[in-house]
This record gives sequence, C-alpha cells and structure tokens, in this order.
Amino acid sequence: MRTNNNEISKGIDGLLLFLYIVLCLIGIVSIFATTYNEGENIVDGFLSFRTDYGKQSMFFLFSLFAGVVILLTDSKFFTATANLWYTAGIVLLLLVFPFHSNIKGTESIIKFGNAFQLQPIQLCIVFTNLALAKYISRIETDFTKLRSQLIAASIVVAPALLAILQKETGLALVYFSFFLVMFREGLPAIVLVIGFSFAILVVATLLMDPNVLALILTGIALLSAYFMRRQIKRHKSVLFWIIAIWAICVSIQRFAVPFIFDHVLKPYQVKRIYDTIGKDYIPKDAAALADIEKNTSQKKDAGNYNVKQSKIAIGSGGLLGKGLLKGTQTRYAFVPEQRTDFIFCTIGESFGFVGSMIFISIYVVLLFRIVTIAERQRSTFSRCYAYGVASVLFFHIAINLCMTMGLAPVIGIPLPFVSYGGLSLVTFSIMIFILLRLDKDRQMVLR
Amino acid sequence: MPAFNQSRQNIIRLIFAATFLIIAGRLFILQVVSDKYKLLALDNAVYKKVIYPDRGIIFDRNNNAILNNTIIYDLTVTPYEVKQVDTFFLCNLLSIDTAEFRERIITAIIKNGRYRPSVFEGLLSLDLQAKLEENIWRFPGFTLIERPIRNYLYNAGAHLLGDIGEVDTAIIRRSNYFYQMGDFVGRSGLEQYYESVLMGKRGIQNLIKDNRNRLQGSWENGKYDTAASAGRNLYTYLDIELQQLAEKLMTNKVGSIVAIDPKTGGILTMVSGPSFDPNDLTGSTRQRKYANLALDVSAPLMNRATRGMYEPGSTFKPIGGLVALDMGVITANYGLACSGAYYGCAKVIRCEHSNPGHAANMRLALANSCNSYFSHIYRLTLDNNKDRSVKKGYTHWKDYMNAFGWGQRLGVDLPNELPGNIPDTTEYNKDYRGYWNSCTNVTLGIGQDKMQVTPVQLANAMCIIANKGYYYTPHFVEKIENETAKDSILNKFREKHAALTHIPDEAYEAIHAGMQDVVESGTARSARIPGISICAKTGTAEKYTILDGKRIKLPNNSMFVCFAPRENPKIAIAVAVENAGFGSTWAAPIASFLIEKYLTDSIRTDRMKEVERISNTNLMPSYLKRKQFIADSTRAYFYFNLRKDSSYIKKYLRGYTTTEKKPVKAAQPVKIKTPEETVNSRIQKPADTPSAHAIPDGKIIHIKKPSRKADIIWINDEKYLKNQES
Repeated sequence: MRTNNNEISKGIDGLLLFLYIVLCLIGIVSIFATTYNEGENIVDGFLSFRTDYGKQSMFFLFSLFAGVVILLTDSKFFTATANLWYTAGIVLLLLVFPFHSNIKGTESIIKFGNAFQLQPIQLCIVFTNLALAKYISRIETDFTKLRSQLIAASIVVAPALLAILQKETGLALVYFSFFLVMFREGLPAIVLVIGFSFAILVVATLLMDPNVLALILTGIALLSAYFMRRQIKRHKSVLFWIIAIWAICVSIQRFAVPFIFDHVLKPYQVKRIYDTIGKDYIPKDAAALADIEKNTSQKKDAGNYNVKQSKIAIGSGGLLGKGLLKGTQTRYAFVPEQRTDFIFCTIGESFGFVGSMIFISIYVVLLFRIVTIAERQRSTFSRCYAYGVASVLFFHIAINLCMTMGLAPVIGIPLPFVSYGGLSLVTFSIMIFILLRLDKDRQMVLR
Repeated sequence: MPAFNQSRQNIIRLIFAATFLIIAGRLFILQVVSDKYKLLALDNAVYKKVIYPDRGIIFDRNNNAILNNTIIYDLTVTPYEVKQVDTFFLCNLLSIDTAEFRERIITAIIKNGRYRPSVFEGLLSLDLQAKLEENIWRFPGFTLIERPIRNYLYNAGAHLLGDIGEVDTAIIRRSNYFYQMGDFVGRSGLEQYYESVLMGKRGIQNLIKDNRNRLQGSWENGKYDTAASAGRNLYTYLDIELQQLAEKLMTNKVGSIVAIDPKTGGILTMVSGPSFDPNDLTGSTRQRKYANLALDVSAPLMNRATRGMYEPGSTFKPIGGLVALDMGVITANYGLACSGAYYGCAKVIRCEHSNPGHAANMRLALANSCNSYFSHIYRLTLDNNKDRSVKKGYTHWKDYMNAFGWGQRLGVDLPNELPGNIPDTTEYNKDYRGYWNSCTNVTLGIGQDKMQVTPVQLANAMCIIANKGYYYTPHFVEKIENETAKDSILNKFREKHAALTHIPDEAYEAIHAGMQDVVESGTARSARIPGISICAKTGTAEKYTILDGKRIKLPNNSMFVCFAPRENPKIAIAVAVENAGFGSTWAAPIASFLIEKYLTDSIRTDRMKEVERISNTNLMPSYLKRKQFIADSTRAYFYFNLRKDSSYIKKYLRGYTTTEKKPVKAAQPVKIKTPEETVNSRIQKPADTPSAHAIPDGKIIHIKKPSRKADIIWINDEKYLKNQES
C-alpha cells in the first residue's frame, strides 16, 4: 500500500508546479516593493493581515492548501460536476445584480462585510472552462458540426454577456479567449481569421481618414480580382464574393464602427481606445463628457495618466534596473493601481530590461509547458481544459503587459499570480491545481 | 477527431510566441533604446529646491553699512494639514473674519495645491509675529517661514539704493528663465544695476517628492547638490552723512542734488526730492505705502538726479564761455557793453544788470551773469569764420555739448538714466522749415530754449571744468568684494575720458576765476565759506506748465553748480530746486552746506540755524495740489465706471486706508422705519425691489439681509406686532 503523500506527488508535473510557485513569490516580492514603507517591521508585516504583502502571502498559503485538497480529489469529480459548477456560477452571476456593491465603477462585486469581497465573474472563468471541456468531450458531441460549435460558443459567451451587463468589460473579454480552445478542437480557422481581420479593420478605421481607407480597400479588391482573374473566368461566383467582402468591409468602416462607437460603447471606453492608439477623443456632447469624467478615476485623466506614468516607470528601469525598493516611480506612488493591474511597473523599474525579460520568459515557458501538457492527455476533457487554462492565462498576460506598455487600452485585467488580489490569485491557483490533478491521470479517459 | 487537429497546437504556440516577441520588442524600445523615460522619471520624483544666498551689503566710503539684511516672517499654510485649527482665535489675531479665512485657504489651494505651503499672510509685523509664534501650536498646518528683507540703517538713499521685489514674467523671460516665480530681484537703483554681484550664487538641493508633491528626503544623499554662496558686498564712494544732510535740506522740495568727486567720478551724494523712507517699502506696510507713492503726482519714486530734465539756465554760462574761448571767437579779455538787455536779435533778452562795465571781460560777465554777453558769444560761436554756415556752426557747438556729456546718456551705474536733450539741427530745420539762424535759438546761450540736462550731467560738467578737461563716468561703486578679472562691470568707470583736454588751461583758468568771483562778489555770495575757494554759478530757469488747459508760468527753477576747492577740486555739486525762485536763494546755500560738511567734516554752529531754516521750508509747488486732485478724481471716475458702484471711489482714492473689518453679527433686528422715512424711501426705491417688502397697510420695511444661519428675525417694534395681530 502506498501512503497518501506518495499518491499526491506521483505523476505531478514538477516544472509547472515550480513555475507557479516562483511566479507567486515574485508577486509577493513585487507587492512588498510597492507597498513597503520605510521603517516598517518586515516580519510583522508578513505575519499580520494588515499589509498588502502580508495579505497576499496569506492568500498564497491558502491557495496551496486548496491545491492540496484539489490534488486529493478524484479526477472524475471534475468531469462529473462540471455542469453543476457552471450552473452555480451563472446563478452567482445573476445574484450579483441585486446584491452588488458599486466599487471602482464596476457592478460585479459582492461585498461581505469590509474585509471580503467576491467577484463571481472571475471565479466563473474556472467553471466555464470546465463546462466547455465537458461539452466538447461528450461522446455525442461532434465538434465539426455548426450546431455544436454554436452551443460551445454560447457556453462561453453567456457569462461574458452577463459581465458586460455588470459593467466589467475587461473580464468579459477574457471569455473570448476560449475561442482558442475551440479552434484547437476544430473550429474553422476562418472564424479566427475573420475576427482578426475585423480587429485590424476597426483599428485602421480609427487611425485613417475614411475616404483613404475606402480607397485602399477598393484597391485591394481590384488587385485580388486581377490576380484571380482565371478563377473568375471559371466561376463567376468568385467575383461576387470579392465584391461582397469589399462591400462588407467598406460598410463596417463607414457605418458599423461609427455606430458602435457612438451608440454601443460608453464614451469613457471609446476614450480609452483612442488613448491607446494615440489619438485625441473629442466627446460629442456634454453627456458624453460627463460620462468620461465620472469614469476616469481621481482628477487626473486616468487612462492616459496611468499609462504615461507606467511607461515612465518601466522605461526608467533601463537595462539593469534601479534595484529593489530603489525605483522612484513606484516607491512614491506615481503609478495608480500599481499593486494590482500595474504591478509589472515595479518589476520593469526595479530589474530593468534583463529582469523583465527573465520574468516574461517564465510566463512563456509556463504557457508552452501547459500546451505540452495539453497535448499529452488521452482524454479530450483534460486537453480542452488545459488549453482553456493556457488561453485564459495567455490573454491575461498579453493584455496586461501590453496595457502597462501602452500597446492595449486600459482594461482592468490582473497579471496572473503576481497582481495583488486574493480572489484572482486563488482562482488562477485553482485552475493550475485542477490541471495538475487532471494531468496526474493523463493515461485515463475522462468523460 | 483529436488527431485531425493535432497540427493546430503549433499555430497556437506560434500565436503565443509572436505575441511575446512583440511585447519583448516594445520592452526593448522602452527600456534600452529610449532615454526619454529616465528624464521623465527624474522630473517626476526630484524636486530641485533653490537655496537663496544672503544678498550683498552696500557700504559707504567710510565702510559704514548703508543697508543690510534682516529677517521678516510670512505665515504660510499647507491646506491638507489644516485640521482642528482654532479658526476663531487665528482670525482674531490676524483681524480677519471667517469668510476671509475660507477665501484665503481656497486661494492657497488654487495657487499651490493642497500639499504645498503657500503664503497665508505675508510680511508680518513684529508684534503679530511674536503673538503667532507663541500660539503656532494651536494652528496645525500653519508655519512661520522666514524671509530675508533689506534693512536701511540710515533711512537714506532710497532712490539710489533701489529696492528688491518679486520677479515678474518679463524679467523671467529676459533672464532666459534663470529666475523663477517668487524669486526676489533688484527692481531699481544699485540693487538692480549690480544684481549679478549682490545676488550671489544660488544653491540647489535635490529632494525626492512623491505623487502628491510631498517631500520625502534628499535624493542620492545630496550627491548632486550645490551649495549657495553669499552675494558680494559693494563699497561705494557715497558719504552717508553727507547724503543725510542733503536729504534733510531737500525735505519738502522738488528737485535734486548730485555731488561728485571730480578726481574719481565717484558720486558722493545723490538726492531726489520728494523722497521717502526706504524702510517703508520692505515690511508689512509695503503694499499701502507703495501705492501711495506711486499715485502721488509729485512722483516721489522717480529719481530726479538721473531722470529729471532741467533747463540749466545760467549754470550753462561757464560752458558757453569755454566753448567760445576754445573756438577762438573771443579771448578772455573780450568785453561787451551791456545796457541791461541784448538787442542783437529781434527778441530782446533782458539782463539783470545795467551798470556799464559789468561785462567788460569774461570774468566780470560770469560773476555778474550777464545774459547779453553770453547770448552774444553764443552767436559768435555759431557764426564763426571757419564753419561759414550757422548749421555747421551749430553742429560744431553741439559736438562740444556732447563732449561735456550732455544730450546723451552718461552711463551712470543706475538703471533707466535719461539722456537730457541737446536738439539736433534736424529738429530746428523741422521747426523752422530750414530757415533759422543763430538768433532763432539764441537763448541756448543762456541755458534755455530746448536744452535740457539731468542734474548728474550738470554735476559731471562741473567735474570736467574742475579737472580742466577730463572726467570719469559718474558712478557709485568703488570696488566689489573679492573682485576678480571676470568682473567687467566696473571697467567702464575706471576709464579716464579726456573729452575736453584740448581746451587750453588759460581758458579754464579764466572760467575758474569768473566762477570764483561769482561766490566772492557775484550772485552766489550766500554760498561763501571763509577759507575755501569755491567756484560756482547760479542759475534761474523759467518754467511753464499746462494746467486746466492753460499755459501758466511757474516760479523759476533754482539752479546751482559749483566745485571746490578751486586749486585742488574735491567736490563738484549740482543742485536743482524746482519752482523755488532765484538760484542764489535756495540752491546756493544748499550746495554751500554740502561743501562745508564734506571738506571740513562739520558745519559751523552759527550756520546750523540756516540749515534748519532751509530744511523746514516747504517749497512744494502749489500747482501740484490741483494736479493731484485732477488725477485722483479721474481715477475715481474710471473705477466708478468700471464697477458702477460709488462706494468703490473711496477705495481707489490715494491715501484712503481701509477700516478693519468687524466680525459679522449673528442676527440683526429688523428696523421698521418711521412713516416720514418710508415716504422718502418709497420715492427713491420701487416697492418691488428684493429688499423691500410690502406690508398690507402700505408700510414698507427694509429688512437687512440676515447673515448666514440666522433664521430668527427679531422684531422689536410693538406697534408692528399689534398691527399684525389685528
């Protein structure tokens, strides 16, 4: 008979666990560097629940405890209860509407007393991941069919829509990263291509003069018609398609984007998008201006100010950095939200380009490791789940880093394992530990 | 079919890799390629605190400090630290009300933000500062900040020393942004001219600040800090006791005195009247006193020694004589038979003397100040044989004037000097359409017409005559403390100008003899001091002004120039007293006292009475009162038009002091006016104005607007109450 201890450690992917722990520790150190005040008792700070770094280490310990519990659970438990969790998650999300409290402009947080707050939309990422994996891995699901693809998409989109209703656009976008999982499982590549082209078209619309862009699109259409003239001779429908695509593109650029910006998105969101591409947004009316003022935190022009200060912090790090606790930008709180969404500033300023590259490569290794793990699973459920973890982490990391460097609009998305925040740390930990548990049984077929 | 999509894992890996490559590239550009962000970070976090050095001190010729530095306190407030302040007590101390207190705090927040201190009450009086210092613990957020100001130990030399004040945007721009807002800089006088010397070198302390601009300690342990070095002292030629005497003599007079040491060009005394106490413009009273001085039509802030333009009158005659002698148009023995007037031109020029032989030679003519003689030799100068044309002759004459330093700026070490006026031929050509001759401006020969000089130019001309041809540019500063080769500021004052040394000594001797006779036996006998040979010339210049649209003749300006002793000149003086009458009555004795004081270091006791008499005489021209009245009422009318409120008129009148605000009472009883009054008020005021309430029985009561939080209106009038009940 084997002891329990042996059972836990057997078959666990050591590298993944190691990277996870390293990232969590980096996070605690970074939070320490940003929030430590000179003269504070460090030991006391870590042991008490008063300081942010103390809290974060407590949450880390709690995550490890939860991890052990997960590792001790039977892997079939997750497949069996996946739909249950998802349902519970949706119910929680619905409960948010009557019970939410308004914090920092979102209506997605339920507060229990002063100390503890719950953001169900964050927790729901795990549940959605499980449910999606469960649905795709069903024997009766044939993912090549459009119907199953639509059902899978709706599993993903439903919580995202609820999130948008709760004014939490940032986390809603996270759910769209699950399309990467579906792509792996056979969603036609054309969906991704179309999505990508649409994004490029939207950005181009914002950046360029509408007439010039229309001319460019027409030029592309004419060129492709010229190069495909032989096919067109054979099948007249090709020409029709080219004209149709051209018409759609132009109408998106001419009508859809202005419509979305004027009527669908909130003025402050439009402003953030404009800030990112480096253009000035001039609100149409007083109401729009008021909305921008209401949603930009403090007196300063939040989006712009945050990004500017964060770029200064990262940029001033130089090649080798200023050293821990020596960065003036982060020490003297020039970057707002720097312990949560802008934690990367601390790393960039303290450790410079070299440190940042090491830090980023830890993430890259982690992601590639997860993909490798995913591909070695026998069961579709585990593979889908692993890809889900990879996609969610990838989306978080990429958007967060781009955000701090001014490459993406400021949407409140934390840096996994590093940003301050109990719930986000616990959520990501649970995801990783479920993956580790599933990976332990990679030879089994779970359904 | 899992196997079917196996290859897609590589696409996903590719997407991951590509994204992170972009991020890495961006990171490389931000951190390694671009320098911009490092500078921005420094800008964010490092506050360069300027350490101001002590300004240099100014000494007189006997090494007495004329001014030095002292400290006065400002009460500053840091708005975010203001919590639980005993507002009422503080308001009582500063004698302001709580509304004013609120207003000042808000102003401070607007000006400097919540986290930076800003001045709450500047330049505290000593008494107030003591009271505040004792109680400052009651007012968290308030601190007393010291601020160095100038202290004038002798209460003298206000004009020449100048004052320091905060820089304005124009100065900052001119200094190429060397100065910053709030810096103090010399705004006039020596303070301005020698700003670079007196200022010293500012130090810079690098301090770390946080996102709310709160200072957090020094940056890099002060590695890049620079120390401040104190301003250097100035040692001047000024004789402060002489200056005090001169200022005493000029009290209640409009005019100027300049005394120069001819051997060095050092200015011994420079007075401009009316003057003021320089200490008034430093302390807590600055604002009010400065406004009073600036709005005074007698212009006490103007330095008349360098900016006052006077017709020299007869004081020009020695120079006219010198020019004629040098041109060779006359000799010292040349005489003119003057019978009381000059008839050479169409316009008759009157002379004070008519006894024959009073202008028998240059010496006599000077001593008797014969107008005819000098008008005539002026004409001879212009119509000389060599030049053959009056215009060439005039240009020649003007060159002499310029050589004497007239008609152009001397370059005194005071800012904003005026050049005086010696008109060009073009000016006369314009006025007389080219047709003019030596008769047209013959009064130039007796120092009238368009000729105007400043007192410092007049005194400098005396130096040239005393020195027989050379001079040094008049200046105050003899040497700078720790002077090095780099200090080129004094170089131009050490250069000897041999402007008129080509005039033969005999000519000078003749003029000297004539000028000495002026004192010994001529017009300036009142200036005589036994044992000292004084050369002098009185002057009486006619003045006109336009008042209420009419050109009126004013009393003559009393002018006097002199130097002494004749053999070895040590002091040259020019005195101008506006609208005082003859030169010999006022200007001459003033100069004589100064010579006595300077050369013998004291004034004889029997003459002290005379000093008192002169200093007690008020010679302020009476027309100034009328001018002041016109200026004040014009200003009052302007502000009335601006505000449409007659109560503002008082506020903008000169010399009006605001009464201290009394604390607002909580509530005031309603006054019910007696019937007689209501009739009047109804006529004056329509009943539907907001403050008038119509009562059913036709009475109108005016309710004073209740001050804040006063909900209860006390009604005392029993009659009114009864009326209401019924």
